Amino acid sequence: MTGIVELVAVTKTYPGGVHALRGVDLTIARGDLLAIVGPSGSGKSTMLHMIGTLDRPATGTVRVAGHDVAALSDRELSALRSRHLGFVFQQFHLAPGVSALDNVADGLLYTGTNRRARRERAAAALERVGLGHRLGHKPSQLSGGEQQRVAVARAVAGDPPLLLADEPTGNLDSSAGADVLAVLAGLHESGTTVAVITHDAEIASWCHRQVRLRDGLIVDGHDHDDRGPVALLKGAGR
Amino acid sequence: MSRRTGLTPGRLGPGDVLRVGAAGLRARPARVILSALGIAIGIATMIAVIGISSSSREQLLRQLDELGTNLLTVTPGKTMFGDDAKLPTTALAMVQRIRPVRTAAATGAVEASVRRNNHIPETITGGISVQAASTGLLTTLEGAVVKGAWLNDATAAQPAVVLGAEAAKRLGLTRTGVQVWMGGRWFTVIGILGPMPLAPEIERSALVGFPAAEELLGFDGSPTTIYERSSDEAVESVRAVLPRTVNPDNPEEVTVSRPSDALEAKAAAAGAFTNLLLGLGAVALLVGGVGVANTMVISVLERRKEIGLRRSLGATRGQVRLQFLAESLLLSALGGVAGAVLGALATAAYALSRDWPPVVPPWALGGAVAATLLIGTAAGIYPAMRAARLSPTVALSTT
Ligand SMILES: Nc1ncnc2c1ncn2[C@@H]1O[C@H](COP(=O)(O)OP(=O)(O)OP(=O)(O)O)[C@@H](O)[C@H]1O
Ligand SMILES: [Mg+2]
Repeated sequence: MTGIVELVAVTKTYPGGVHALRGVDLTIARGDLLAIVGPSGSGKSTMLHMIGTLDRPATGTVRVAGHDVAALSDRELSALRSRHLGFVFQQFHLAPGVSALDNVADGLLYTGTNRRARRERAAAALERVGLGHRLGHKPSQLSGGEQQRVAVARAVAGDPPLLLADEPTGNLDSSAGADVLAVLAGLHESGTTVAVITHDAEIASWCHRQVRLRDGLIVDGHDHDDRGPVALLKGAGR
Repeated sequence: MSRRTGLTPGRLGPGDVLRVGAAGLRARPARVILSALGIAIGIATMIAVIGISSSSREQLLRQLDELGTNLLTVTPGKTMFGDDAKLPTTALAMVQRIRPVRTAAATGAVEASVRRNNHIPETITGGISVQAASTGLLTTLEGAVVKGAWLNDATAAQPAVVLGAEAAKRLGLTRTGVQVWMGGRWFTVIGILGPMPLAPEIERSALVGFPAAEELLGFDGSPTTIYERSSDEAVESVRAVLPRTVNPDNPEEVTVSRPSDALEAKAAAAGAFTNLLLGLGAVALLVGGVGVANTMVISVLERRKEIGLRRSLGATRGQVRLQFLAESLLLSALGGVAGAVLGALATAAYALSRDWPPVVPPWALGGAVAATLLIGTAAGIYPAMRAARLSPTVALSTT
């Protein structure tokens, strides 16, 4: 079985001559829980852009859910993102003054579902991240950890098979971060493929698989799935 | 292509487009109000200008309806040598003999002036002319006496005078029974007339009977204006025979006119005399449109991350473009609606203060809506294109 994501000899050069990726090969299998680590500026975010079809490689092939990204039009890429991909960013990007429910429901706007179905699915997603009792709260009435869980709910409300997170706990203290990670772990348990960029070695060690980047190249990708992440999280003594 | 890959983006319903556009506005109410204000002022100006001139026109047309268009006047023209012609003294009797003519009356200019007393020099006329009037004049003009009485067969031969509304005002007279100095003797004011919109010259006249004018003021008996009313349908045929009837020998020395034509022309002018103000409104509208465009450009700059987020959620370029076009359209529609309401209120207030019927033509409202949509689109196109061109990765950047 081929992976949900396949990068073959992917390079990316930014204007100004920065070689952010210099020939990356990576396969993410369905059901993976993957940590992407590496020093600042090593190309982690750039690689996540490639995986998430937010940007196109200079050379090489990116295949997501079986589609060669280079062959897709903007409309097709958009459809791919709305159906197959969920994103969580370091910043929460929640609309201020809009309830948690509507923030999450807005994330389903481009899936072609009607408003009532969107709100129902949004409520279910918030339930899943443990915020079923906070549906009507505005972002300003939520803690940072809760806001990031709303953002996670928005990313997964449409049940995408692949969830991508770029330093999702970067703006959170360790206990709020642990809450968010527990949610990601739970999503992984229920079958979602998860890839997380992190600077936190502890978080990285929770994942099945680590991909280490340095200067735009993968230097180390090893598996250590002897223990499940949920067990690890529980063992971490939250 | 999408059939091959099976990847078709979800469609945004019209309700969703509106909601997304409105959400962008709701987040910044103060800015929205300020930039919609420009459009509102422009639309309000144009609606008010059109509304007020339409109301004034409507008022004139109603007045015309009330006064009727079946009144014709006959005046002497010029002789073939260029001298002032005269109407024969028999003219009135001849006109009354035309079959469709219902009523007719005559006035004749008298060489005299009217003054409050004999100490005021004769050269100061106050713009009031002294005229002999036949007793049928009031009926023919459908005028009314506001004080005293109109001339009858008896008073027409006596030193009695009836003043037009304007004449009484200029003489400072508000009651009857007083004496005025006319043609070297005292006349008693026996009546004051109301307004005569179809014969403003009568408003500025002091009127005495034909016999009195001939006997006391040296009037030669030749009428200078004949007023005539017929049925509406017969106006044109009467008009055709009037010159020959009045002056069979020299019909070309007779001028026939229709006083309501002047009112009609005035009504037409009232509807058209507003280009300058309309231009001002258009300029305000243009400035308002620039304001909306400016607001939209800033909005796109500020919301790059929101745009990136939406792209990462699966919004196509077209859907982002649509969102900002909808926002721009809503913004200027808001201004347009507010402006139309303001303009209509201003029209109503002005018209009611003058006792005019307030009229805002539907085409003006339709034009306002069209202008608003046009401006909203024009102002939104460039910002929307910019928004659509943004890279989806901007949402990820932490700066
Ligand atoms: N839009 C851009 N234009 C030009 N250079 C860029 C751009 N984005 C990233 N870079 C450069 O590409 C390189 C890789 O950047 P990237 O953001 O992928 O690193 P990263 O591993 O995510 O770093 P961090 O851990 O600090 O987020 C860096 O040298 C960065 O300066
Ligand atoms: Mg990064």
